[in-house]
Amino acid sequence: MSGLGIWNYVIIIFLMMTGLYMVISSSNLVKKLIGLNVFQTSVFFMYISFGYITGGSGPLYNENVVLYANPLTHVLILTAIVVGVATTAVGLALTIRIKESFGTIEEDDLHKMDSSL
Amino acid sequence: MLMHLPVLVVLAPLLAAPVVALTRGAIWPWLLSTLVSWFSLLCAVLLLIQVQQQGLVIYTMGGWEAPWGIEYRIDFANALLLVLITGLASVVMPYARLSVEQEVGAERSPMFYAALLLLSLGLSGMAATGDAFNVFVFLEISSLATYTLIAMGRDRRALTASFSYLVMGTIGGTFYLIGIGLLYVMTGTLNMADLAERLPAISDSSTVRTGFAFIVTGICLKLALFPLHLWLPNAYTYSPSAVTALLGATATKVAIYILIRFVFTVFGPEFSFGAEPLAEVLIPLAVIGLLSASTVSIGQPNIKRMLAYSSVAQIGYIVLGIAMGTAMGLTAALLHMFNHGLMKGALFMTLGAVAYRMGGTNLSDMQGLAKTMPLTFWAFVIGGLSLIGVPLTVGFVSKWHLILAAVELGWWPIVIAILVGSMLAVVYVGRVVEAGFFGEAKDPTRREAPASLLIPIWVLIFANIYFGIDTRLTVDIAEAAAAQLMAGGSVR
Repeated sequence: MSGLGIWNYVIIIFLMMTGLYMVISSSNLVKKLIGLNVFQTSVFFMYISFGYITGGSGPLYNENVVLYANPLTHVLILTAIVVGVATTAVGLALTIRIKESFGTIEEDDLHKMDSSL
Repeated sequence: MLMHLPVLVVLAPLLAAPVVALTRGAIWPWLLSTLVSWFSLLCAVLLLIQVQQQGLVIYTMGGWEAPWGIEYRIDFANALLLVLITGLASVVMPYARLSVEQEVGAERSPMFYAALLLLSLGLSGMAATGDAFNVFVFLEISSLATYTLIAMGRDRRALTASFSYLVMGTIGGTFYLIGIGLLYVMTGTLNMADLAERLPAISDSSTVRTGFAFIVTGICLKLALFPLHLWLPNAYTYSPSAVTALLGATATKVAIYILIRFVFTVFGPEFSFGAEPLAEVLIPLAVIGLLSASTVSIGQPNIKRMLAYSSVAQIGYIVLGIAMGTAMGLTAALLHMFNHGLMKGALFMTLGAVAYRMGGTNLSDMQGLAKTMPLTFWAFVIGGLSLIGVPLTVGFVSKWHLILAAVELGWWPIVIAILVGSMLAVVYVGRVVEAGFFGEAKDPTRREAPASLLIPIWVLIFANIYFGIDTRLTVDIAEAAAAQLMAGGSVR
C-alpha cells in the first residue's frame, strides 16, 4: 500500500470536493454540469482504485501469476460511466432548451426572471 | 409463466418502451402502454398472492445462483410496493390520453409514453431487485426518465425544475454509488442478503460507517426528506398532470422502500439504531419537515404546489415511522407508503382534470368547482379527507397506526406533532374546499371533465375508501412485512 496507495484516495477526495464545490458555487448551468462530471469521475477513480492491488495481474488465468486484480469493480464502473454520459446528455439538452426559452443559462438571471425558482 | 413473475413485472415495460417510441400517432403508443401496464399489474398481483403463500419468492437471473448472478428477491414489503407502482401506472396510463394530448401534444406522445414506461420499469426494478448495484442502475433509469418527463411540462419553468432535479438527483445517486463501493470493498459482495450476513462481523469499521452515511444521505435526497426536498415542489408543480400523479404517488415511495431495505435488511436494526445515531438524526428532520412543509403549503396559491409541499410533509410521517425502529413504527411507515400513494395519486389526477377544463390549477381556477365540475370536486374532497386522516379513509388507517406506534414508545411530543400536522392539513385542504363550495365560478359554462379522466380518478378514490374500511389486506401485509424486515436479512 506504500507509494501510490494512499495518494490515489487523496486525489479522489480532492476531485470529489472540487466537483461538488463547482456544482454549488457556479451560476452557469454548463459549469454546473462540468462540476457534476468531475464529481462523478472521482467516484469512477475510486472504484477503479478499489479493484487494483499493487503487483496484481489482469484477470486471465496463468500458472505463474499468484495475485490477481479484481475486475468486477471495473465492470461496475463501466455501467456507471454509461449512466454518467446519459445524465450529461440530458443535462446539456435541457441547457439548450433553457437557453432557447429564457435566453440565458446564468442561474442568477433565471432566478430574476422567475421568482418562484 | 408463474415462475417468472418477478422478472416479468420489470421486463414487460422494458421491452415495450422502444416499441412504443417507434409507433406513430397518438392512439397506438397510449393503447400499447396501457395494455403493458395492466399486464404488469396482473403479474404484481399474482406475485403478491405467491408471496402470501410462500413468504419469499427468489428469482435468479439467467439461472445464476445468488452471489454470482443478480437475484430478484420478493418478500411482503416489495410485493406490496410492486402492486402500488404497477397499480398506479395502470390507472394513470388510461387517464393520460386526453390530458397528455392537451398538455404535451400528440406529436410528442410516443416519446412521452416510452419515458413513462421507462419510469415505471425503473421503479419496479428498484423494488424487485435483491442486488445493491442493480438498485443504482434502476434508480438512474427511473431518474433519467423523470428528468425528461418533467421537462415536457407546458410552463418553461418545467425546464429549470428538471435541471435542478437532475443536479440534485445525480448527486444523490452518486452518493449511493460511493456507499455501495465502500461496502463492496469491505465485504466483496453486492447481494443484499450476503451483505446482511457479512456486515455484522465488521460493523465497527469506519469504512462501513462511512458507507452507511453515504447511502442514507443519497437515498434521503431521492426521497425528498426535509431539508433535501428543494427539488420536489418545482418538479411536481411544472410537470404534466399525468406525470405528477405517477411521480407523486410512486417515485418517493420507492426511495423510502430502499431506505427501509438498507436500514433493516442490509445493515440490520441493531447497527442502524444502536451503533449509528439514525433515529437521532431522522426524527428531528422528519418532525420539522412535516410541520414546516404543512405550514408552507397553507399559503400556496397554486394547488399543485400546495400538494407537493404536502407530499414533503407526508414523507416526514413515513420517515418518522421508520426512525422509530420498532415493528409497529415500521408497519405504520409501510402502510402510509401505500396509502399516501393512493391519496396523492388521486388528488394529483383530480388537479389534472381541473387543469384540463380550466387551464390551470390555481386557487382561482377552483372557485365554484362544486357547481361546474361536481364529480371532480367531490373526488378532491374525499382525497383531501383521506390526506387529513378522517376515519373511513386510508389516511386514517396509517395515521392511527403511526400514533399507536408513538404511544407504544411513550413519545407524547411526537403524538402531538402528528396531530398538529393533521390540523394543518385540515387548513390547507379546507381552503380549497371552501373556494370550490362557496366561491363564484369564473365561467359557469365550463362542463364536467370527460369520462376517461373521471373513471381513473374515481377508481383511485374508491380504493381510498375501500382500503380505509376493509383494512385486513393492507394491515396484514404491512405487519407481515415489518416482521420479516425486523428479523433482518438472515432469513434465506
